[in-house]
This record gives sequence, C-alpha cells and structure tokens, in this order.
Amino acid sequence: MLDVKVTRKALRTAAGQRRTILGEVAFGLKSGEVAAVLGPSGCGKTTLLRIIAGLDRDFEGEVMLPSPRKIGMVFQEPRLLPWRSVRQNLLLAGGVAGPVLDSIVAALGLAAHLDHYPGELSLGLARRVAIARAFAISPTLLLLDEPFVSLDSALALRLRAELVALVEAQRTTTLIVTHDIEEAVALADRIIILSSQPGQMVADKFIETPRLAMTPAAAAQAKIEIEALIAEA
Amino acid sequence: MPVRLLSFLLLLLLWEAASTIAASRLLPSPQAVLSVVGAEAASGALAFNLAATLARVVAAFILAMAVGMALGVAMGRSKAVDRFCDPWLIVLLNLPALVVIVLAYIWIGLNEVAAIGAVALNKLPNTTATVREGARALDRGLDEVAEIFAMPLKIRIFDVLLPQLAPYLAASMRSGLSLVWKIVLVVELLGRSNGIGFEIGTAFQLFDVTRLLAYALPFVAIMLAIETFVVQPIERRVSRWRPQHA
Ligand SMILES: Nc1ncnc2c1ncn2[C@@H]1O[C@H](COP(=O)(O)OP(=O)(O)OP(=O)(O)O)[C@@H](O)[C@H]1O
Ligand SMILES: [Mg+2]
Repeated sequence: MLDVKVTRKALRTAAGQRRTILGEVAFGLKSGEVAAVLGPSGCGKTTLLRIIAGLDRDFEGEVMLPSPRKIGMVFQEPRLLPWRSVRQNLLLAGGVAGPVLDSIVAALGLAAHLDHYPGELSLGLARRVAIARAFAISPTLLLLDEPFVSLDSALALRLRAELVALVEAQRTTTLIVTHDIEEAVALADRIIILSSQPGQMVADKFIETPRLAMTPAAAAQAKIEIEALIAEA
Repeated sequence: MPVRLLSFLLLLLLWEAASTIAASRLLPSPQAVLSVVGAEAASGALAFNLAATLARVVAAFILAMAVGMALGVAMGRSKAVDRFCDPWLIVLLNLPALVVIVLAYIWIGLNEVAAIGAVALNKLPNTTATVREGARALDRGLDEVAEIFAMPLKIRIFDVLLPQLAPYLAASMRSGLSLVWKIVLVVELLGRSNGIGFEIGTAFQLFDVTRLLAYALPFVAIMLAIETFVVQPIERRVSRWRPQHA
C-alpha cells in the first residue's frame, strides 16, 4: 500500500517569497498496482516523486510507504557512480548476485556491459543500468522519473515492454512519471493527471483494459479520453 | 629519460669541477661525500637517523591528512561549521612554520609529541582547504542515490565520498609530503637529538659540509623515490576510471 496525501509544497525563492510548486495531490496505490503521473513540464512531477521517496521532507501532508520500506528509484538522470563498473553499481546499490539479477541484466540487454564504466556508456545504456539498479533490489515501491525520455522510439518501445515484463514478474507497486500519454496508457493501470504549474491533481483515471491485453484500438480510445480530461483541467 | 639522466650527470660533473677548482673543505667532491655516506651507512648511523626522520614524516603526514580530511569534509558540507572554523584556518594558513614549531616546543616540551604535532599543524590547514574545495563540489545527486538505496556507511565513504574527493586528496598528498619532509628537518634541528635534521645541525656547527651533504642527499633521494614510486602510482590508480583522453 502506498498512500500519498500532499496538500502543498512551497519553496522560498531567491527573492524571499514563498512560491507554491505543488498543490493538492492525493491518491493510494494497491500492492502491485502501476500508476502513471502525467503532467506538463515544470508542474512538479519530479518534486512529487522526491516527496514520496522521502528525499524532500519539507512539505505539507503525509506519505505512507509500503512496508517493508524498500524503494527502487530511477532518477530523471541516470546518476550512476562513474568510478565503479556497471556490475559494481548494481551490487553497491544492494543488488544480490544471482539468477534474479542475471535475468534483470539480460532483460535490459546489459550482459555485455557489466564491466564497463558509466563514462563508456551511451545515455540509453546508462538509463537501462539505472533501471536495472532499481529492479535489482526487489523493491516494494518502484519510482521512475521519465525513464525513457530522449531515447529513440524503437528503443523506448522495447524498454517499455521490458519494464512491463519486470513489473509483472515482481508484482512491484510502481509509479512512473511521464509526459507521454501513449506511454502512460501502455504501462499503467491508473493515470494521475496533474495540472500545469503549480501541479494539482485534476484526475485519477482507471484504464479498464489490462496492459498485457492492450490493443491499438483500446489504447487510442484511452488516449482520447485522457486528452479530454487534460483539456478540461 | 636519457635527457634527464644526461642533465643529472652534467650536474655531478659541474659539482666535481667546482670542487676541484675551489679545493676547499667547504665544497667537497662527490667522491668525498660518497665515502662519508659509505662510512655512516656501515656504522648504521645513517639508517638509524633516516628511520627516525621517516617515522616522523609518516606520523605527521598521516595525522595531518586524517584530521585535515575530516575537517575539510565537515567545512565543505556544513555552512555553519565552515563559518566557525574559517577564521582559525586563515590564522593557521598564515602562521609561519617556525612560530608553530617554537611554540609547540615551549608549550608541550622538547618531545616527540610536540615535534610531530607541530609538523602536522603546519600541513593541516592546506589539506583542510583543499579537501573543503572537494567537499563543496560533491554531487548532491549521488548522496540522494545513497540515501534511496540505503547504502551502508562503509559504501557511502569508500564508493561515494572518497572517489569524489580523490583528486583533491591526491593533490594535497603530493604537496603535503614535500612540505612535511622539509619541515620535519627544521623540527629536528631545533629540538630533537636524532634524525637527519639533527645531524645536519651538528654538521653545521662543525662547518662539516661533507657530512651535511652525506646526510641530506640520501634523504632527498628517498623522498623522491617515495614520491615517484608510492604517491604517483596512487594518484594514477584513483583516476583510473576516468575516460582516457587521447
Ligand atoms: N530547488 C528549486 N528552487 C527553485 N525552484 C525549483 C526548485 N526545484 C524545482 N523548482 C521549480 O518547481 C517546479 C516543479 O519542478 P519539477 O522538477 O518537479 O517539475 P517537473 O514536472 O518534474 O518538470 P519536468 O517535466 O521538466 O521534469 C518548477 O517550476 C521548478 O522551476
Ligand atoms: Mg522532472
């Protein structure tokens, strides 16, 4: 169970004023549920993830995390340790060498890169390492901040499928931030829509078709409904 | 390398020629120095004094690096600590080595603690200042990664913190070693009864330049060797992960 109730997050600007960067956002996720957070750039999606992850404690509201508390997070940038190999990056974060880790590494196409250093990887590969690192600890909550942005669409599509497979295999409660409606529809059971800055929750939409049974027609229909919800906001 | 060797041989040749022309006790020939080195080595005195000095160098160096690192990290990460300690740091940075040494001997006594403490205190402020720069440049993002993945303290220190500080530590190590070994000689000259500095002091009183050089040169050679074969390899090792630029 993840339970998020944020009433407000404000920042003190350089000029000394308080500026609200995130409004009211409240939702709960059942164990194994996947939700996508959709919203325009700058609306506070990263801020929301940081609050849920416990990296930002200066907000009004409260967050209840699934127990045991074990968060796998994919930041908006890969954030790997540049001075450690890919393998060490996975192990140092708490991954345990063994068949589970091997299957994650294989699913993300990293087997050939385990001994490389992050500086030798393309951005796409580094992203995949960051995803593998989050999965490697078998988290009870997975937080992903636009993990597939700026990858070419074929690769993004493939990684999306791999992410779905991994989430299904581990039944991980997942929250994925994106501003791509199609991606949200393809991945999530639920879609949480934030308004533009300061972000406020305007809709919490359930996707009827399970993601593994998603057809192009159902996806297109869901996309139209979501676009309508965004236009209303 | 051959050019360096050639240049070194030329220096020896010049020294030889100058000592022949001067024909003075105050400028001995290389052979004369070498024979005293041989005699002192045979009696064991050279090794004894070298060991005493090296032990002080190592102790003062480790002390200064450890305390300087802890202080530098604390100052780089916390504004409050930085504001509090900064005036002390500035005073220490600008206090002449000789003043620290003499005061240490007066206040603590003519003993090993005062000697090593005084040397370490001379090196401390610039280690602190260098490490502080490094700590200010630490990647907040990686701290958050360590927090999210609940990395144990040992991993946070050895895999997250130290690799980021490594270039700063290496820089301070290198400048530190040469500073420490020069100051150790002064400390020994002023208040110890063994070590290279003490022997140089004795040679000075007797105006015995041959003996002075016989102690100074082997010591310089050892310190250069440590720098080349210990410090530089460590420096290369810590920067191994950096992509190699052509
Ligand atoms: N440390 C900060 N100081 C000042 N403003 C900040 C800070 N961090 C975030 N903001 C502001 O808060 C708002 C929300 O930022 P956030 O990074 O959460 O947006 P986002 O929805 O993740 O955007 P994107 O889609 O571009 O990643 C932005 O307007 C941003 O300018
Ligand atoms: Mg963001």
